[in-house]
Amino acid sequence: MTTPAFLSLFYAALEILGGVGFLVKDFFHEGLRGKIETHLLIEQIYQIGSRSFPLIALTAVCEGMVMTLQFGFSLSKFGGQPYIPKIVSLSILREMGPVFTSLMIAARVGAGIASEVGSMVVTQQVDAMRALGTSPIKKIVVPRVLATTITLPILASLANVIGILGAIVIGKSELRLDSGFFIQKVLSTIVLSDFYSGIGKTVVFGILISFVACYYGLNVKEGAKEVGISTTKAVVTTSILILIGDFFLTKLFWIIEHAF
Amino acid sequence: MNLIEVKNFYKSFGKKIVHQGVDFAVKKGECLGLIGGSGTGKSVLLRSLIGLEHPDQGQVLFEGQDITKLSENQLIDIRKKIAYVFQGGALFDSMTVYENLAYPLRAHTKLPESEIQEKITFQLSEFGLQGTESVYPANLSGGMQKRVGLARSIILHPDIILYDEPTAGLDPFNTKRIQEMILQMKSKGHTSILVTHDMPVAFAVCDRIAMLMNGRIEAIGSVDEIEEKSNHLILQFVQGEIR
Ligand SMILES: Nc1ncnc2c1ncn2[C@@H]1O[C@H](COP(=O)(O)OP(=O)(O)O)[C@@H](O)[C@H]1O
Ligand SMILES: [Mg+2]
Repeated sequence: MTTPAFLSLFYAALEILGGVGFLVKDFFHEGLRGKIETHLLIEQIYQIGSRSFPLIALTAVCEGMVMTLQFGFSLSKFGGQPYIPKIVSLSILREMGPVFTSLMIAARVGAGIASEVGSMVVTQQVDAMRALGTSPIKKIVVPRVLATTITLPILASLANVIGILGAIVIGKSELRLDSGFFIQKVLSTIVLSDFYSGIGKTVVFGILISFVACYYGLNVKEGAKEVGISTTKAVVTTSILILIGDFFLTKLFWIIEHAF
Repeated sequence: MNLIEVKNFYKSFGKKIVHQGVDFAVKKGECLGLIGGSGTGKSVLLRSLIGLEHPDQGQVLFEGQDITKLSENQLIDIRKKIAYVFQGGALFDSMTVYENLAYPLRAHTKLPESEIQEKITFQLSEFGLQGTESVYPANLSGGMQKRVGLARSIILHPDIILYDEPTAGLDPFNTKRIQEMILQMKSKGHTSILVTHDMPVAFAVCDRIAMLMNGRIEAIGSVDEIEEKSNHLILQFVQGEIR
């Protein structure tokens, strides 16, 4: 019987959608009322940015190097080596840089938010915030959502640069492509819309990751054991949403670009 | 005058019926004990008094106003007047003791930092916690965490204090200490509700005691009355078992 399993998955998806929907409503209704707690926001931006940068840099440099090698080996069969800078830089800017960065942030920051908030729920710190007449939406959700949404595009932009640097290094050492030629080709290929269409996605992914992670954290009920389960669910859900969302956003940005 | 009044309170979680028609009232200045077996819904009832939980049916009146229909924003004013002391202290673990105590003051007053510091120093020394300002909650003993939790919840001078099992899991020394703190708050005129299954503590600090059983208040009365009745109920229970 495949239908019940499929149905239960469907119900689970609806439940998450509903839950995140209510959280978004509270975010605008309760969270953005009055002034935003800037010190909490700055702290979160610092936390997310500084904790994730080494991981993002490593991911980016590896992805740049590997793509250059792969394209290098396959294109050299057709004498297509001069096209490597063009192809690699476009792939990084439009796709690989933003999406890999988002997936890494989903794993690192999404898990961090879900487990931190989940353990705050279990130890009644979230209840205590409400009991003391303050809003957990304002204190917990707003700084994390804003910080992730601000930081992810910045990290992805850095990842783009680092990825292309990795490509240049491997282009020179493995494929004997002159660095000056590489850079010149990259600069003559890419236009602002390549950058925007990649970074635009990360803004959406940042919102997705932070809301879904906060939702899973805030909905822990049973205790410490459930924190681990919720954390895993948060990472799996956001990763799937990023992969599916990537397709639709790519299409959307393509339509927008070609409309103007 | 009744400060808090609970009327015809019903609450279920899914198919599990927890409360089915709870009624009781708390007078200004009194300390009401709320006793009952584990899982009978004492915490849920207490949480409902500050809107952390919402009944399916019934009313919770604070100074005559039904709080069950209020939004989170409207509840803020109620929550400034009713303090809730959580079972484990519920201290913010990313903040020091000082920051924890400063939290409600910064959220609800415009006091300058010097006055905040003054209030915190006073409150800590009042509860024998001087010198813990820069300590993180994780480095405090369970008993101290509960005391800091109590200090934090009363620093805004609430009218009512709700205690959820304040002595659970504590050694006799710390139990005595918390008991003294509750009496100290009572002598200052605070109204309180004490949820506990520590009968000696309930008998020592409460004016009246309510017994929650089968989703209702089965008995409510003065300490002496309840002592008698609870023996009677236990007797009934035992006889029921034998028969
Ligand atoms: N959020 C919840 N979801 C489902 N069941 C709950 C929830 N909160 C409490 N319960 C159930 O309600 C009952 C009463 O809980 P509680 O008030 O914590 O009992 P206690 O008298 O020990 O404080 C318990 O059986 C508990 O499992
Ligand atoms: Mg309880």
